[in-house]
Amino acid sequence: MSQVSTASVWAAPRLSMRWWPVFLRNLLVWRKLAIPSLVGNIAEPLMWLVAFGYGLGALVGQVQLGDRQVPYILFLASGSICMSAMNAASFEALYSAFSRMHVQKTWDGIMNAPVRLDDVVLAEMLWAAFKALFTVTAILGVMLALGISHSPKLLVAWPVLLFVGITFSCIALIFNALAKGYDFFTYYFTLFLTPMMFLSGIFFPTTQLPPLVRTVAEWLPLTAAVELVRPLFMDQWPAHPLRHGLVLLGFAVAAFWIALALTRKRFRN
Amino acid sequence: MMCYQILSPARCSPPGEPQAALPTASRRSASPTPPGDNASMSAPLIEVSHLRKRYGESVVVDDVSFLIAPGECLGVIGPNGAGKTTTIRMALGLATPDAGEVAYTLDGTRLTMPQDALAIKARLGVVSQFDTLDPDFNLAENLLVYGRYFGMKSADIRARIPQLLDFAALSHKAEAKPGELSGGMKRRLSLARALVNDPQLLLLDEPTTGLDPQARHLMWERLQLLLQQGKSILLTTHFMDEAERLCHRLLVLDHGRKIAEGKPRDLIAEHLEPDVVEVYGVGALALASDAGLAALAARVEVSGETVFFYTAQARPLLAALEAHPQLRTLHRPANLEDLFLKLTGRQIREEG
Repeated sequence: MSQVSTASVWAAPRLSMRWWPVFLRNLLVWRKLAIPSLVGNIAEPLMWLVAFGYGLGALVGQVQLGDRQVPYILFLASGSICMSAMNAASFEALYSAFSRMHVQKTWDGIMNAPVRLDDVVLAEMLWAAFKALFTVTAILGVMLALGISHSPKLLVAWPVLLFVGITFSCIALIFNALAKGYDFFTYYFTLFLTPMMFLSGIFFPTTQLPPLVRTVAEWLPLTAAVELVRPLFMDQWPAHPLRHGLVLLGFAVAAFWIALALTRKRFRN
Repeated sequence: MMCYQILSPARCSPPGEPQAALPTASRRSASPTPPGDNASMSAPLIEVSHLRKRYGESVVVDDVSFLIAPGECLGVIGPNGAGKTTTIRMALGLATPDAGEVAYTLDGTRLTMPQDALAIKARLGVVSQFDTLDPDFNLAENLLVYGRYFGMKSADIRARIPQLLDFAALSHKAEAKPGELSGGMKRRLSLARALVNDPQLLLLDEPTTGLDPQARHLMWERLQLLLQQGKSILLTTHFMDEAERLCHRLLVLDHGRKIAEGKPRDLIAEHLEPDVVEVYGVGALALASDAGLAALAARVEVSGETVFFYTAQARPLLAALEAHPQLRTLHRPANLEDLFLKLTGRQIREEG
């Protein structure tokens, strides 16, 4: 009787271009529902922007950022777009990916064809990032129309926001791999994403935080995203692009690896 | 008439044959024709050796070996929890065996799981126990999207879709979504989807469970057609008439172990007396302890309110039973269900 060696779930990802038909599958479903899903994706962030930006902005006036004064609506818009990228990627990589993985068993069907689980997970990750990019693009369009920013560097913000989507879809896929049902995701949102939203300088500068909290907050992926994107809205370059880029990259790579290992574990038996 | 070129152009059935293939009562007990000598001489398509799988403390597959020759249909039968689905999952590389080997010989090349999983799956068609159809797509889109997982070009898949839908008797539903289909239609769509890559071997996990008799017969007809066209099939089922009708050979699993293997008729002849007399009605159970009747039967079994007499000579037994006109008797040949119950027992399996 030959013994079969069992590869560790932590083995390096085995990726190929077979992720592409899986991505295409999601794209084809989404195309059928793109318009209603667009309304859902951008209505809420725009309400935040209008209510807080114009309402609260009238009270706050200008925000001190380094050595310059910035209108609150611009401050908020440049932060909340990162939050939108985060939320769009997280929703897709949690609720939608879980539906496909667990409820509809779409992944099981796919893996009866010559497609590895690693490629399915990669496809879901990139798909959630694409959804984030799509949402962000729509919101950017509205912001341009409202005249909140006309910085040409928004063209650079666009790929950065895709990268933000990638990072958060990788993190969300960890929780997808661990979930027994949809209820589990509420914990992720309320215990992880919501606090991060308040610690990452979206609604107020991180300088307002107590020093200890601020030190922690500086290493959060959402803070890194805001630090990269906000200056681009003001036609400036980020102060520490390498450091914040590496924070996002570090979270993305580590989270994807963990998500893949946990998903392999879920499917192994 | 219909000619399912998609499956194997060279072996298309003569006109009219597919329609005529609906099994009738007279065909009921006819064994399927085994594959020709050529088929059994060539290397087996799949060779499973000494598979073993344990979940925690329980061993769900224990030293199971089998092979399938080209053109052959192997049926795997067993009670719930016998290890049928786990065996299929290991054959697909979806579960890792604790011991043993799964090897395929496809297009003359020997491939083993899990190293060559992708090359193997490229030549397999799978219908799992529960449908995994895409609810958001119509039927044609389901086939298109699935074909792309095999790396097929969209144009090539689109060219096959009408024939696949025709084969599944779903041409009129091409624009419908799976949610609008009956159970039988969904299973046939799953079968059509499994054929999108023109596989050499089909793995079908309970393809007719939950279907009404009409849908089941249509599924059988399609599977017989695929066998005629030279496909090989691994089939798990709970239906003994299905196993007897479709399968050249059977594998009986119980508690993860292989307890019998062979052609359906041979297995029945080997393990059972040729005739069964069932007796039921008020007072039937008392007959089980009647020494006179027992002497006329090789074996007596009681299940519920019915007494089963197994015998090679039914005539004297039936004559003796005429002394009990209030009882109802049924005299029939022994069948696969008798074999199955003899080998695996009559108790209900809760674990499935």
